[in-house]
Amino acid sequence: MKSVTKEVWVFIEQHDGKAADVSLELLSKGRKLANRLNGVLKAVVLGHNVKAVAEVTFKYGADSAILVDNPTLEKYRPLPYSKTLNKLVNERQPRIMLFGASIIGRGLAPRVASNTVSGLTADCTDLQISNVTYLKKDYEDLLLQIRPAFGGNIIATIITPDNPVQMATVREGVMEMHEVDDPKPISIEKIKFKSDRVDDLVKIVEQYREESKVNLKGSQIIVAGGYGLGTKDNFKLVHDLAEAVGGEVAGSRAAVDAGFVDHDRQVGQTGVTVRPKLIFSIGISGAIQHRAGMQEANKIIAINPDPEAPIFEIAHYSIVGKAEEVIPNFIDLYKHKLK
Amino acid sequence: MFKSIVMVKQVPDTANITGKVMKDDGTVNRSMLPAIFNHEDKEALELALQVKEQYGGTVSVITMGPPRASDMLKECYYMGADNAYLISDRKFAGSDTLATSYVLSEAIKHIGKFDFVFAGRQAIDGDTAQVGPQTAEKLNLSQVTYVEEIEKIENNVARIKRKIDGGQEIVDAELPLLLTVVKGAQDPRPFSAKKIMVYKNAKTLLDLEKIANENSLLYLDELIQEHKDKNLYIETLSTTDLSNIDETRIGLHGSPTKVHKVESVVLSGGDAVKIEPTKEGIGSLIDELLNDHILG
Repeated sequence: MKSVTKEVWVFIEQHDGKAADVSLELLSKGRKLANRLNGVLKAVVLGHNVKAVAEVTFKYGADSAILVDNPTLEKYRPLPYSKTLNKLVNERQPRIMLFGASIIGRGLAPRVASNTVSGLTADCTDLQISNVTYLKKDYEDLLLQIRPAFGGNIIATIITPDNPVQMATVREGVMEMHEVDDPKPISIEKIKFKSDRVDDLVKIVEQYREESKVNLKGSQIIVAGGYGLGTKDNFKLVHDLAEAVGGEVAGSRAAVDAGFVDHDRQVGQTGVTVRPKLIFSIGISGAIQHRAGMQEANKIIAINPDPEAPIFEIAHYSIVGKAEEVIPNFIDLYKHKLK
Repeated sequence: MFKSIVMVKQVPDTANITGKVMKDDGTVNRSMLPAIFNHEDKEALELALQVKEQYGGTVSVITMGPPRASDMLKECYYMGADNAYLISDRKFAGSDTLATSYVLSEAIKHIGKFDFVFAGRQAIDGDTAQVGPQTAEKLNLSQVTYVEEIEKIENNVARIKRKIDGGQEIVDAELPLLLTVVKGAQDPRPFSAKKIMVYKNAKTLLDLEKIANENSLLYLDELIQEHKDKNLYIETLSTTDLSNIDETRIGLHGSPTKVHKVESVVLSGGDAVKIEPTKEGIGSLIDELLNDHILG
């Protein structure tokens, strides 16, 4: 393989001139990866009138920013964005490029990986740098792209040994956002956008967006229910408990798929990662993908009739019992004790 | 009149997976798992069939997979697909999303002109959502992901409702175009009993080869022609048929991502405080949580 760079790039997703949380979280992680490589961290900002977005990235550890500012880029559309990144990545070959696993990132990252023949791993739950021996060959400082795989109970470490650019997407909340202590003023490199006829193949007619009213990431107490609750009716127990203890309602993927609870309340690898003071886990078996999204909670109370449920392995308090019996008791006793 | 190609995938039923199905090289031994039609791909097929019904045209389905994926292709016929293509070759084994998208893009070029390429947003065995956009990029094709509905198609422009983070958007997208369809957008139609009676007899090249091998009176060429005449031939393409394919870009070797390590998750466990599901047990738990200022 030709010589590789030591640049870590983070694609900064922005909406109406505000950087997405997931991008800032990735800068915090990217900072650590860049330090480990003795390399540099670059924020890549596309949009219109978004210099302020580029400027904010240094607070999260960026050494410099690449800014492509043009009216065509005001709102995300796949072709103008992907062709811009394709060109930058092909010319400069960052060693690592990270995208948020948002709807935008999931449409954009694969196009850039496809064009630049880069490896891309989706929904990583951890990223590390390490020397690796693969098929008897030694590789220095590869990106370990770590994610649960295949239905659970397996953690796969993916590598991209033989291509210059290693790409990964990460869900919001998986990495922790840190402002750096001594931010350096950032240098911003402006790149000119080149228009062509493919830019307008997709035109936005109408857009409706609102910030999610659900703030699982910021909640100190979460009450999460699973498929084990059996019915949407029974899932009401989760709401009752959440109301009593002042927590947010959440669900496992199976509960979301069954329609018990909305997708924006899903905790786990393909949902939100949470780190609350306390999480109740009710009728959740505890597949690895779910645990990946909540195992860093300060205290975990698991309630499940199946004593063999894997969730008990990570719980701090385990209650083997039926939600229909345990929850009403809990609520009554709690209200009584608060008086 | 629109020509649509729908990319479909047969996936292991991830609800029924054990550790034993992982091979030593970290790839999955798919033959060990029950295989199902990836649901979002089925929804994509439904959308393509609706376009055909409203505007005329054809719907072809294409899958890259092992021979048994022909079961799913038959199900596509049962729903109303006009043609089916099985892209199958041992050399494809171990392909990651990039290598897969390369094979699919070459197969689509082989099939010919189209207006739409449809796909499910993602497949449940990896949830990556990468193959759709990667294929679009290789075909130099515009894309709209997370599609919920095609409102209308006029003057070669499709008005599409799609999901975005925190909302929805409506876009006008020029054809040709690749669309990925999001879960819950469409309700796939049931199989038609009449179509089942006809297409249960559809055969792939591999099926016909087997029949010819078992009966010396039957000739493969004739069998293929006979099935083609009745539209019961599932076109089967391998690296031999896709003459432009660069074999360094397919299979495990052609995949930039490699599985370095697979670990079964060993849970430390056993540290949990056991709380009896009684009033006393729960009461003392609440006391502890209140004392530690975790609750209250």
